[in-house]
Amino acid sequence: MKYKYLDHTADTKFRAYGKTLEEAFANAALATTNVMVEPDKIQEKAKKKIAVEGDDLQALLYNFLEQFLILLDAENFFLAAVKKIKIWKVKNNGRISYKLTAEAMGDNAAKYETIGPQVKAVTYNDMVVDEEKDNCFVQAVLDI
Amino acid sequence: MEPKKISENEWEIPKSGGMKVAAKIFASEKLMQKIRQDRTLMQAANVAHLQGIQKFSYVMPDAHEGYGFPIGGVAAMSTEDGVISPGGIGYDINCGVRLLRTDWAAEEVMPKIKELLNELFNQVPSGVGRGGQTKLSKDEMLEMLAKGSRWSLQHGYGKQEDLDATEEYGYLKKAEPSFVSESAIARGRPQLGTLGAGNHFLEVQKVDEIYDEKTAAAFGIEKPGQVTVMVHCGSRGFGHQVASDYIKQMEKKYGFEKLPDRELVNAPFNSELGQRYFKAMCAGMNYAFANRQMIAHWMRASFRKVMGTDEGMKQVYDVCHNIAKVEKHNVNGEQMEVCVHRKGATRSFGPGREEVNEMYKGIGQPVFIPGSMSTASYVLVGTDEAEEISFSSTAHGAGRAMSRAEAIRSFRGEKVAAEMEKLSIFVKAASWKGIAEEAAPAYKDINEVVKVSNDIGLGKAVARLVPLGVVKG
Repeated sequence: MKYKYLDHTADTKFRAYGKTLEEAFANAALATTNVMVEPDKIQEKAKKKIAVEGDDLQALLYNFLEQFLILLDAENFFLAAVKKIKIWKVKNNGRISYKLTAEAMGDNAAKYETIGPQVKAVTYNDMVVDEEKDNCFVQAVLDI
Repeated sequence: MEPKKISENEWEIPKSGGMKVAAKIFASEKLMQKIRQDRTLMQAANVAHLQGIQKFSYVMPDAHEGYGFPIGGVAAMSTEDGVISPGGIGYDINCGVRLLRTDWAAEEVMPKIKELLNELFNQVPSGVGRGGQTKLSKDEMLEMLAKGSRWSLQHGYGKQEDLDATEEYGYLKKAEPSFVSESAIARGRPQLGTLGAGNHFLEVQKVDEIYDEKTAAAFGIEKPGQVTVMVHCGSRGFGHQVASDYIKQMEKKYGFEKLPDRELVNAPFNSELGQRYFKAMCAGMNYAFANRQMIAHWMRASFRKVMGTDEGMKQVYDVCHNIAKVEKHNVNGEQMEVCVHRKGATRSFGPGREEVNEMYKGIGQPVFIPGSMSTASYVLVGTDEAEEISFSSTAHGAGRAMSRAEAIRSFRGEKVAAEMEKLSIFVKAASWKGIAEEAAPAYKDINEVVKVSNDIGLGKAVARLVPLGVVKG
C-alpha cells in the first residue's frame, strides 16, 4: 500500500508508506494530490525541480508537500509522479538540518476533472515521520 | 477531559497545569455530545497556555477540532505582553460571508433557478486548478493587497455602498504588502476573483422566518419569501501561504518545544516578527475582501442576465470569521487593548461599539451563520452583552460533525443532490464527491447552534434563510 486516509472531523489525514524515507515522502505527495485528482490519470508532460530544507524531518515533510500546493496555485501543475527523490542530513556549525531534492512530473491542471476539495495547507497537526529500516511511514493532516 | 457544567449552555475546564486561564465552552447538552467526540476540548485547554491570554479560552457552540486552536475558538491576548499566533486565525485568512438582499420573491426566481445557477457557476470561477478571469501583474497584486475592496471598486467591481456595508469598510489600513513572500504572491496572482472548493459556496436563498422585524428591516430584510444571495469564501492560496510562511519563521525565532502543540507557535504581538505577521495578515484580509467584492459583482451580473435587472440587490453586510483584530475590551473592570483571535468565529459587536459601520450605528453589526448545503442559514445581530461574555464573538457556521472520508463512505453525491431536489433545492457543483462531503448530516444542527448563541446573548437571531439553489466549488 502506498498510502491510506484516516478519519478526521474536518480535514484530511493520511499515512504514507515506503521502504525508505524517500519513498514514503514521495507517496505522501501522491496522497496529497489524490485528495483533488487521481495522480494515475495525470500525464507526465512537464517536469518541475524541487529543492527544500527543514530543521527537522517534520519541517522537511511540511515544506516538501507545500511545494505541490504552490505549484498548483501558481503554475496550475498537477503531480503525476515524484522521481529522483533524495533526502540527506547536513551539519552546519554543529546544527543538524535536512535537505531534499526531487523531480516532479505532471501536467496542466485545467485539463483534468477534479474529484474533491482543494488542499489549502499542510499542517503540523498529528504529523509523524517514522524512519525504520525497510519500514518507514509519514503521517499528516491537510487543511481543506 | 470532562468540563464542568456551569449553566444550561455554559461549561468550564478549570485551570490546571500550565493553563493561564480556564476554558469556557458555550454549548447545549446536545452540541456538547458532538464536541466531546474529537479533540476540541483538549485544544481549548492548550490555547489557555498562551502568553497574555485574558479571561478565558473560549469555544463557540459550532466548534470542532482544528490544528492547534479548535475551529470555533476565540482567544484575546493583551497587546502589551501577549502573543499573536497564526494558528489562532487559521490558514484561510478572512474566510467570511457576504449577504445581498433583493426585491424578488421566491416565486419569481424559482422558474429560472437552474438557469441562474448555471450562470453563477459560469461567471464565478470555482473548483480546483481553475484560475480567475484575470491574472494580476505583481504590481497590481501589491496595490490590491494594500487597498482591499477599494481596489475592486476602482476596477469596476461593485458599488461604493458595498464597501459601506463591509466589515472594516473592506480594507485594513495596517496591511503591508512588502511583508508577504514571493510564494504567497505567486499563489495569489492567478486566483483573485475565484470561489475555491470544499465548503465554499454561493447560495440563492429565501427568507423563511423573521424573529426581530425592526432589526431585519434595518438590514433590508422585509418579509418571508424574499430572495437573498450569499457567498462564503476567503483569501484562497494567498492567505494559506502567508499563514504557512509565518508559522515557519516563528518556529525558527521562538521555537515550539515549550508549547503543548506545535501548531500553537506564536510571537509576542509587539515584537518585530509579531508585527510583520499582523501586517501581512491584514494584506490577506484585503485579498479576501477584494475577492468577495469581485464575486458580488458577478452575482449581480448573473441576476442581470437571467432576471433582466439587478436593481434592489443591496449588500446587507460582509463578515470575517478567520481573523485577529486589535480591539479595546473591558477586562476585570478596566479597558484593555487586546488582540482578539477569532478562528471560525464571528465578531458580534452590539449597538454600543464605535467600530460598527455607520449604517448600522445604534443597531449592532449583522452576523451571518450559514448552515450546511440543504439546511437554513441565519442572520443575527451583535449584542452589547457579548462584549462581557465572549469578547464580542459568536459562532460562524454549523461546524462539521463527520469526517469527509466518512461522509464519502456514507453518501453518494448524485443521491444527495436528488434528495435535495425533492425539497426544491437545486445544486450545481464541480464534483459529485464534493456534494457527498458537504451533505447535511455531516454537519452539526445549525438551529441548535443559533439557539445557543441567541439564548446566551452572543448574537441575537434576526431572520432565518433557507436555500433555493447552491453552487459548490
